[in-house]
Amino acid sequence: MKICVLVKEVPDAAVEKRIDSSTGRLDRAGEKNLNPYDTHAIEAAMQIREGGAVEVEEIVAVTMGPESAVRALHKAVSLGADRSVHLSDDALAGSDVAATGYALAKAVEKESPDLVLLGQQSDDGECYTIGAVVADHLRMPSLTQVIKMDVADGALRCERQAEYGYDTVQVRLPAVISVGDAINEPRYPSLKAIMGARKKPLEKVAAGEVGIDAGLVGEDGSRVQCGDFHAPEAKPPGRIIEDEDTNETVEQIVAWLEERKLI
Amino acid sequence: MADVLTYVLHYEGELNKNSLGAVSEGAARASEIGGECHAVVVGGEDLSDHLCQSLGAYGARKVFRGRGPEGLAQPVVDVMAKVIDEHGHAYALFGGGLLGFEIGAGLAARKHAGVTMEVISVRAEDGKLVAERPILQDSQISVSRYKGDLGIIIGRINAFEARTVDGGSAEVVDVDVEYSPWSTQAEMVERGEQRGADVDIEGADILVAGGRGLGTAENFKLAEDLAAAFGGNSAVAATRAVVDAGWYPYAAQIGQTGKTVAPKLYLAAGISGAIQHKVGMQSSENIVAINKDAGAPIFEFSDLGVVGDLNKILPKLTEAIKAKKGS
Ligand SMILES: Cc1cc2nc3c(=O)[nH]c(=O)nc-3n(C[C@H](O)[C@H](O)[C@H](O)COP(=O)(O)OP(=O)(O)OC[C@H]3O[C@@H](n4cnc5c(N)ncnc54)[C@H](O)[C@@H]3O)c2cc1C
Ligand SMILES: Nc1ncnc2c1ncn2[C@@H]1O[C@H](COP(=O)(O)O)[C@@H](O)[C@H]1O
Repeated sequence: MKICVLVKEVPDAAVEKRIDSSTGRLDRAGEKNLNPYDTHAIEAAMQIREGGAVEVEEIVAVTMGPESAVRALHKAVSLGADRSVHLSDDALAGSDVAATGYALAKAVEKESPDLVLLGQQSDDGECYTIGAVVADHLRMPSLTQVIKMDVADGALRCERQAEYGYDTVQVRLPAVISVGDAINEPRYPSLKAIMGARKKPLEKVAAGEVGIDAGLVGEDGSRVQCGDFHAPEAKPPGRIIEDEDTNETVEQIVAWLEERKLI
Repeated sequence: MADVLTYVLHYEGELNKNSLGAVSEGAARASEIGGECHAVVVGGEDLSDHLCQSLGAYGARKVFRGRGPEGLAQPVVDVMAKVIDEHGHAYALFGGGLLGFEIGAGLAARKHAGVTMEVISVRAEDGKLVAERPILQDSQISVSRYKGDLGIIIGRINAFEARTVDGGSAEVVDVDVEYSPWSTQAEMVERGEQRGADVDIEGADILVAGGRGLGTAENFKLAEDLAAAFGGNSAVAATRAVVDAGWYPYAAQIGQTGKTVAPKLYLAAGISGAIQHKVGMQSSENIVAINKDAGAPIFEFSDLGVVGDLNKILPKLTEAIKAKKGS
């Protein structure tokens, strides 16, 4: 079995999550990292390999992104991928969800994997849906938000939470599965794996090399234009208590609740 | 022609509330751009003529009914793509939820269309629909405009309200569709399994909600003790992270794939405040959050934020409330 794992480089969570109170915007400057949700996808691939139910010949990390995205690939390799593919091309800049999914599908198609794994969401894009786009182009069945996955007889038995409770779905391979973050606890890479990551094969491919139609990607090939960015109607900021002396903190909480007749 | 096609999910003979919201929204917006709102339903015998016609009450003029498996996205993509090919809808609109996301994205791939998810409002502008979506943890709004023949809009859960209009009954059109080979490669084994006890949180005035910050299933006792101290009409709720981990029953889950609540007090302990959780509780009258990370998103929408360790704070808070109640 060959598994492709889609990974993305995103602004580091520690930097990203801070909101600049003067502008009301997220501070996106600074460190970048492998999208944390993608580490669950790599771990899922490793657990299939180690589970022994099927033989996994290869785990290939695939990303689409600018030059700097190689660092996400190095991280992916240090977590267990055997090699990586970097789809990078100026023509791809500004691609929307549909165009990104199409381009990724083209890069993956060349690898002919039996299973494509993704994270549940990218920390910056928050689209939750690249998997469904990739699957339609690859003509494979697909599920998102999978939190349990067992391989047997050329199929995956998947569990996930949907609108009405937990669903169990049997998916035949090849398939595209995006995994929820509850599926596993990703391992930490060993120092040796981190050091060795740069030596693992990394193939850089341009759009044309994997048969991407330039008219379907990039800003011009995207069918949705985003703009007019503005701040949402702000709710007045709440009161904040820093807990230093817990007895005092609790007194303040109780007083606050009493004022509002909640106790 | 600028018709809007919506997808209506159903379960055990009942139509999904968020889908009905999409139909209402679709009907209202379609009328502003000179079109009609139609709906697609896919399922088995429980999709009776009567059930499909009832969508007329929410503003759907036609209902396209495909016979196929329920609860899976890809067969619906096949049906919607066929209906759009034959009728030329200008927009596809979804009410949010997991399937809406998957179907909308699959349809975008199939039809090479633009797609926007997590949309909170839609408006007509020069005969076209424009969608607003919060981005970057809800700190900014981005406005989507579409190029090409089809635009796909996936709402955030609870964004569109279901409203009945005196539209009478909808015309039901059966669609014969040959499913794509890959659409039949996934098979529902069990749907809608309820995990854990059947607790009731929807009627509670006070909810103490616990997240991954509680650390263990056993630690939910801290939340339960606090809820008990409040007494009266109080209960314990949970995030998806802890429900998926098996720490607390699914029936207590708040959020996108759980329940939507608006109690008098929502006290969140060890909850980061992810969007999918927020959408299920943001209408609560008073929101109190206890989290050790001062940068946690939940502090952006809480009325009282306490930065600290819940293991220290919850037991003392429970005692203090008990003492107040006793006095
Ligand atoms: C399609 C989709 C649907 C989803 N549906 C839902 C849904 O219905 N409901 C839902 O809740 N989520 C849902 N999610 C998941 C959601 O995105 C978050 O992953 C989830 O809400 C996180 O749960 P949490 O806050 O418990 O955990 P975390 O995000 O891990 O947060 C734990 C928090 O606890 C704090 N903490 C840790 N230790 C302590 C301590 N000792 N004292 C105080 N604070 C502490 C941490 O600082 C952290 O902020 C969905 C996601 C997707 C993609
Ligand atoms: N540019 C990209 N390159 C590789 N994988 C990606 C890219 N964008 C998104 N993904 C994958 O798609 C998942 C979901 O992302 P999103 O749909 O943007 O929330 C991520 O967790 C990644 O696995």
